[in-house]
Amino acid sequence: MTGADLLLLALGAVAVGAGVLVVSTKHLVRAGLYLVVCLGALAGDYLVLTAELVAWVQVLIYVGAVVVLLLFAVMLTRAPIGASDDLDRPGWPAALIGGGSGLGLAVLLVDAFRWSRVELPTAGTADRLGEQVFRSWVLPFEVLSVLLLAALVGAIVLSRPDIGRPGPVRSATPAAGDEGGRA
Amino acid sequence: MSEGIGRLAPLVPLLPGLPLAAGLVGLLLPPSPRGAATGEDRARRVAIALGVAGAAGALLVALALLTRVDHPVEASTTWVDLGGLRVTLGYRLDGVAVLVATAVAAVALAVQVYSIAYLKRGPHDDVEVDHRYPPYAAQISLFTAAMLVVVVSGDLILLLVGWEVMGICSYLLIAHDRRLPEAPAAAVKAFLVTRVGDVGFLLGIALLGVSAGSFKIADVLAHPYSTGTLTAACLLLLAGVAGKSAQFPLHTWLPDAMAGPTPISALIHAATMVAAGVYAVARLFPLFERAPVALTVLGVLAAITLLLGAFAATAQDDIKRVLAWSTVSQIGYMTGALAVGSPTAALFHLLSHAAFKALLFLAAGAVIHAVGTTLMSRMGGLRRGMPVTFWCTVVGLGALAGVPPLSGFWSKDGVLAAAEAAALDGAGPTPQWVGWLVWLAGLLGVAVTAWYATRLLLRTFFGATRIPLADPHDPPALMRWPVLVLAVPAALLGLAGFWGPFIGRIFAPATEAELTDFGDSLTHLGAAVLLPLALLLAGAGVAWAGWRRDSAADPARFLGPLRPVFARAFRLDDVQHALVVRPTNALARAARTGDELGVDGLVEGSGHAAVGLGGGLATLHRAALPRAAAGVLAGALLIGLAVALIGVAS
Amino acid sequence: MRPVVPYVTAALLFGLGVFGVLRRRNAVLVLMAVELMLNAVNLILVTADTTVRAQLPHAGQVFALFVIVLAAAEIGVGLAIVLQLYRLRASVAVDEVPLTEAPTPVPAGVAGVAADRSAAGTTGGVDGPEVRG
Repeated sequence: MTGADLLLLALGAVAVGAGVLVVSTKHLVRAGLYLVVCLGALAGDYLVLTAELVAWVQVLIYVGAVVVLLLFAVMLTRAPIGASDDLDRPGWPAALIGGGSGLGLAVLLVDAFRWSRVELPTAGTADRLGEQVFRSWVLPFEVLSVLLLAALVGAIVLSRPDIGRPGPVRSATPAAGDEGGRA
Repeated sequence: MSEGIGRLAPLVPLLPGLPLAAGLVGLLLPPSPRGAATGEDRARRVAIALGVAGAAGALLVALALLTRVDHPVEASTTWVDLGGLRVTLGYRLDGVAVLVATAVAAVALAVQVYSIAYLKRGPHDDVEVDHRYPPYAAQISLFTAAMLVVVVSGDLILLLVGWEVMGICSYLLIAHDRRLPEAPAAAVKAFLVTRVGDVGFLLGIALLGVSAGSFKIADVLAHPYSTGTLTAACLLLLAGVAGKSAQFPLHTWLPDAMAGPTPISALIHAATMVAAGVYAVARLFPLFERAPVALTVLGVLAAITLLLGAFAATAQDDIKRVLAWSTVSQIGYMTGALAVGSPTAALFHLLSHAAFKALLFLAAGAVIHAVGTTLMSRMGGLRRGMPVTFWCTVVGLGALAGVPPLSGFWSKDGVLAAAEAAALDGAGPTPQWVGWLVWLAGLLGVAVTAWYATRLLLRTFFGATRIPLADPHDPPALMRWPVLVLAVPAALLGLAGFWGPFIGRIFAPATEAELTDFGDSLTHLGAAVLLPLALLLAGAGVAWAGWRRDSAADPARFLGPLRPVFARAFRLDDVQHALVVRPTNALARAARTGDELGVDGLVEGSGHAAVGLGGGLATLHRAALPRAAAGVLAGALLIGLAVALIGVAS
Repeated sequence: MRPVVPYVTAALLFGLGVFGVLRRRNAVLVLMAVELMLNAVNLILVTADTTVRAQLPHAGQVFALFVIVLAAAEIGVGLAIVLQLYRLRASVAVDEVPLTEAPTPVPAGVAGVAADRSAAGTTGGVDGPEVRG
């Protein structure tokens, strides 16, 4: 057991514990906050595993953006302050499937790696990662940018119901009627 | 003389070829426009020209060949070679073939000319002009061509082709008059009944041809068959012959076929259809000679048919049905002559029958044309109004009954003499009792024939008129001349039996056995003639006596309780209906039900099952998000589990 | 370093995510559980980057970055859908989402087009004159 192992074990315990709270708490807002703890613990894991850039991106995007968005959504949907009783449905199939997949994966991974040991590489830098992204993975990177654009447009269209649909006022005009007839 | 035919050989294919071409071209003509004035439109004129030209051309060719041919000639080319089984395309021409071809062509010409006036709107007729004249004339031409193919064919397959074309032509022509409700049913009946026999004919030909390795008639006749094969083949052929020649038990179609136009009846009865069966047996007679069982069966059937037809003819009221049943009876004479082993007598009777039956039908057509009905109970006293028709009918009926010296007397006497020789001297290939059967049936038939012929004459032309309004008159020239011309051979053909060239031609295909058994003379004048003559006088005298007592009443009333039985031909139609038609219909219904419930049910059921299954699956798919997500994730888990277990196991 | 520790952590987090997706009724909580699953995968990718010798160096970390980007896009669209659902039905419970569309009053222009289409379909769909045998 090295220090890194102890660190990983502690951070993993924090992450799993926070995850348990995320899926079991009865307070909507607290679920978001536990998610922050879980994601932060994972960012710590990344740091230990010498993936500095991923760790900071995790903190920036997940903790800084995604969770904030989720909390906004919680508020916009007028979630009640305090505990709610109708958040869950009967849990045994979920427990069966979730437990099965989680424990099954764990058994597989334990079986695969046992108590083996690897040397951690030297701490990486954004320099090395950026070289890979812009040299070997530049095409998927560009495709991802298109995907982000599409998601952006999609989100806007979804949240603005008056875009792209003929409203009653427009269709009442004769020009729109002719257009409809031609179609 | 064969060098004589040498120059005329290219003419032989023209014999069926001319009417065939006329018929095929005629089928291309458009029907006459519906509103056209009678005989004014071009299609009808072209159709008339084609039909008459085809028949006249065939007649000229036949006459040209008749002067040259006296012993068999044949020529053929290979048509198809079916794995060593050769089918040839060729002719086999002998004196008999040319004589029959001449008769066919002559009757066809008479019918074509007669039809011009018969199928035409009369002055008092308000029905529509027959606008389907072009196909009608073309079908007659095809019919003639098919019969001529049968007559001259040198190959069994070619003969079968002509045989089948006749079947379809008879179907089309019987159903020609679409205004008659019974015509389509009669056509279907004729087609189906003859088809039943044709199946046997086809199988017989196949048996003969496959056993001999060739379908050429000369090869088939020369092939030494085993007795079993030959008997089976001859019996199968007889089925086809019984169908086409209206022999018991396949005779039921012929009286119903009277629904067709009268010229068609003349054509079917005199020249083409019913003669084909007798001619086919005569053509293949050397085979039948070696199969006495088949000839015995033929003899029994002939005796039954002869008497059945004669008795059925006594009680009919429809003039055409009387003639139809008389045809059945006369064909019975021919098959009887074949059965006792004298095809020459049969062919002589066939020729004279062709003449007088065509004459009788065309004369009856003239009567029907003038009176507007076919029922004799509504005729009577026509002698004064229609003298030409009357005298022609007298000639025809005299020939039918066998009054000397008209043609029927000589030919029927030839048949009876052959039967007598078979009965008394044991001549011919069949057992002696067959000769007795045919002879006695023939003698009884003479009396009955005389009775109904006299009745027909008296009911139609004598006594008081039973039609109040009409003014019967002789038909127009186009109908009168064919009748008059046909009266000549009907009266005089029998005397040709004394003429050398005629005898030479008709005996051309005769076998040695026939010549030794029955002699080489067509006519038999002797004491034996007196017996039929006495029976003839008795039959005619009884009918006349009955009519004298009450000239308005039907002599058939003396038949008493037998009259309805005879009128319905011993209820054989009912028997056929009960034994064949109804079981077939039941079977068809069962098959249809099975098809609808079983096969269709299976198909539609699988369709319904697929639709239902699809609906069920669609319902399963329309799950809310929780269930769908649970399903997807559980599925993924199960697949992963399976992969892991397989990985562990292997 | 014992790689089994982060691997087991990731496996347990993934199981928790699955459990959360199936258990929760609130759509926002479902999205949070999905984030848990995505992060579990990210952890596995980063751990694998250190333990497995790959052809290209740091492929696991690059993939982790891509997954983060995908998660950001996903959460944007997902939240837009959730908000739209809330606007329409005043509820974000996933098992109350109707599967069949309720008949809604159709605007006049659309109705006219629909009527035209159905009329054209009727005239075009009628078979030719009945054929008699």
